[in-house]
Amino acid sequence: MQLNRKDLLGLEELTPEEITLILDTGDSFKEILERPIKKVPALRGKTIANIFYEPSTRTRLSFELAEKRLSADTIGFSQAMSSVSKGETLRDTVENIQAMKVDIVVMRHGSSGAHRFLAEFLDASIVNAGDGQHEHPTQALLDMMTLRQRWGTFEGKKVTIIGDIMHSRVARSNIWGLTKLGAEVTVCGSPTMMPPEVGKLGEGGVNVEFDLRRAISEADAINVLRIQLERQESMLFPSSQEYFEVFGVTNRVLEHAPEHCIVMHPGPINRGVEIAQDVADGDRAVILEQVTNGVAVRMAVLFLVAGGTFEESSLQ
Amino acid sequence: MIEWKDKREFWITGVRLADPETGKIRTGSVLVQKGVIADIVRQKSVDTDLPVCDAGMYICAPGFVDIHTHLREPGYEEKETIKTGTAAAAAGGYTSVLCMANTDPVIDEPSVIEYIKRKAVEAGMCRVYVAAALTKGLGGEVINEYHFLKEAGAVALSDDGMYVTNSQVMRSAMEYALFHRLPVISHCEDNFLVKGSQMNEGYSSTRFGLKGAPAVSEEIAVNRDIRLASLTGARLHVAHVSTAGSVEMIKAAKRKGVPVTAEVTPHHLTLEDSLLENYDRNLKVNPPLRGRRDIDALRAGLRDGTIDCIATDHAPHHEIDKQVEFDKAPPGMIGLETAFAQLHTELVVKGKFELIDLVRLMTIRPAGVIGLPGGRLKKGVPADLVLIDPNEEWVLERSMIRSKSKNTPLAGKRFTGRIQGVFFEGKWRSAIFSEKRGRESSEPARRHV
Repeated sequence: MQLNRKDLLGLEELTPEEITLILDTGDSFKEILERPIKKVPALRGKTIANIFYEPSTRTRLSFELAEKRLSADTIGFSQAMSSVSKGETLRDTVENIQAMKVDIVVMRHGSSGAHRFLAEFLDASIVNAGDGQHEHPTQALLDMMTLRQRWGTFEGKKVTIIGDIMHSRVARSNIWGLTKLGAEVTVCGSPTMMPPEVGKLGEGGVNVEFDLRRAISEADAINVLRIQLERQESMLFPSSQEYFEVFGVTNRVLEHAPEHCIVMHPGPINRGVEIAQDVADGDRAVILEQVTNGVAVRMAVLFLVAGGTFEESSLQ
Repeated sequence: MIEWKDKREFWITGVRLADPETGKIRTGSVLVQKGVIADIVRQKSVDTDLPVCDAGMYICAPGFVDIHTHLREPGYEEKETIKTGTAAAAAGGYTSVLCMANTDPVIDEPSVIEYIKRKAVEAGMCRVYVAAALTKGLGGEVINEYHFLKEAGAVALSDDGMYVTNSQVMRSAMEYALFHRLPVISHCEDNFLVKGSQMNEGYSSTRFGLKGAPAVSEEIAVNRDIRLASLTGARLHVAHVSTAGSVEMIKAAKRKGVPVTAEVTPHHLTLEDSLLENYDRNLKVNPPLRGRRDIDALRAGLRDGTIDCIATDHAPHHEIDKQVEFDKAPPGMIGLETAFAQLHTELVVKGKFELIDLVRLMTIRPAGVIGLPGGRLKKGVPADLVLIDPNEEWVLERSMIRSKSKNTPLAGKRFTGRIQGVFFEGKWRSAIFSEKRGRESSEPARRHV
């Protein structure tokens, strides 16, 4: 099977079949990552540019590793070291990179819709590594891959996303991806960080619950979002101490969740703000598993947007 | 037939005269003499030795009046000049525009008004009226010299683009404007609630991950200014009303006799916030495009007279400024050249409004709001007229746009109803590019009906 798209801009526009194809492909690549020689020639001769307009450690390393595992040639820059700091526009920067005959552009950008804007004039494939407060599709895909490996299916499963929903691209992508595949999503957080009419997001909508204990009472998994401490300045919460008290995920809070409920976090973690130390390091946490899956699912995305065909046998 | 063009005296015959004062559309002919309407007769043709412009069955109405135009000159000539802006106005059927004060330098000195007036006369495309700034440098702190500004020709006062946050300053401005008999045009947006916003707050802003400005950010501001108008007795005109709540408040204020009027833009009447899904920067405007419920309320308000008129908020921006990420793009779209066609297509053809109502909302009504002389079809007034073919189907192409900036989301859109051109003081200004010659056609072609 093939993904008939040049770009991966977000999960809202994908069909359930397309998401499943990416997850299936991701599972096969994960197998490769368990081998002694972790490299396949799938993207040999292809060049990928990693353009990060916002700071990132995990996502950037994960993409780079995925590209190297696929034998692609990679280049990249982050804002501080480039001519972006000399005032060059996004369009000029990326068109220049394209003129160097790049096949895929992986970009993170602080403006929602930046990738859609680039897609207007770029021939290269664009993979969204996070755009503003809009989508972060590969993060949601790796979250879903982690869940599917445990559950086998999303039908009837319940996922609660906790934190700053308003400013979270991770939340939006997860909502679209999970609901499209049949999971039931609940969002929970402070009303100051809950976007208007959020209940209508996703396929068939999501539940909105402000009480943390009620929000997790039936959850099969919870996804704890990072709280950006600068939000405090915009008066969205009064202090991190108070936030932890009201919305922090602690072992005491988790007593209200089913025993099998697992805990995810997209990282980087603010220990003692949105999640307690012992939860992050505890048995329910699958945070490092998520990171491992991140490489596999990004390999899958890059392979598929480059026109790769997935068959169970093709990667053996 | 004797050539009528460039003649001081000629007949325009066989047109359907749309008279905003009587509300009727009747067949007739108009005699133009020395730039003035010298006679209007009911006959389809006239027996005359004078040159005849046979504009067979076009609608002939008073030239449109736009009371919300950004001409950008002086200071932002890369976006628009008085020459290109007035050419765009003429192409859209306008013979009068009121330009806003957010130029560089700001229109807060008589010399800037004199400069604009002179440039407008040189361009010779349409009448340019000037709105001077309410406060020094649009800073919202110190009121301007309304006496000197009025003497230089200002007909209204506005800090358009900026809301005067300080209520005491706004109160003083209103009291002083009333003394000088100048209307105050207010751009109503609570500065704190709209800070950083990119679009209307609602489901779409949640979906697109863009910061929204809630409807109340406008309504709080409208409410304050209505209260201040009530307190001071000043003539308040609310610019570009965009929400159902604002319509409601203005309606209530009018019922109580508060001296308030309001305008709405073609885009707020026809485009909704969900269209932003492709992050088209040309759909980014201030105030933002709202939802369906607001559009319905704006249309109802226009129908029942709560909203007095249509105004374009023609806001040119250079392509370089718009070829950026959505949140970095300046708000605004051009509108002079598409206002009639867009509203005719969406409101008249779809049966929501009568053609004559649309004509009134673009002529006598806006003129009345500011107290301008235009918008009438009668003997003795300047021969500022527009010729409209209400049936012509056409597609807007970028190359047709006269405005120096092309920031419209309507390129490629099909319209029904097209401006053929205007007579400005009796001088023909064609709106149609001749396809063969790549320039304006010289006269309105006769329509065979």
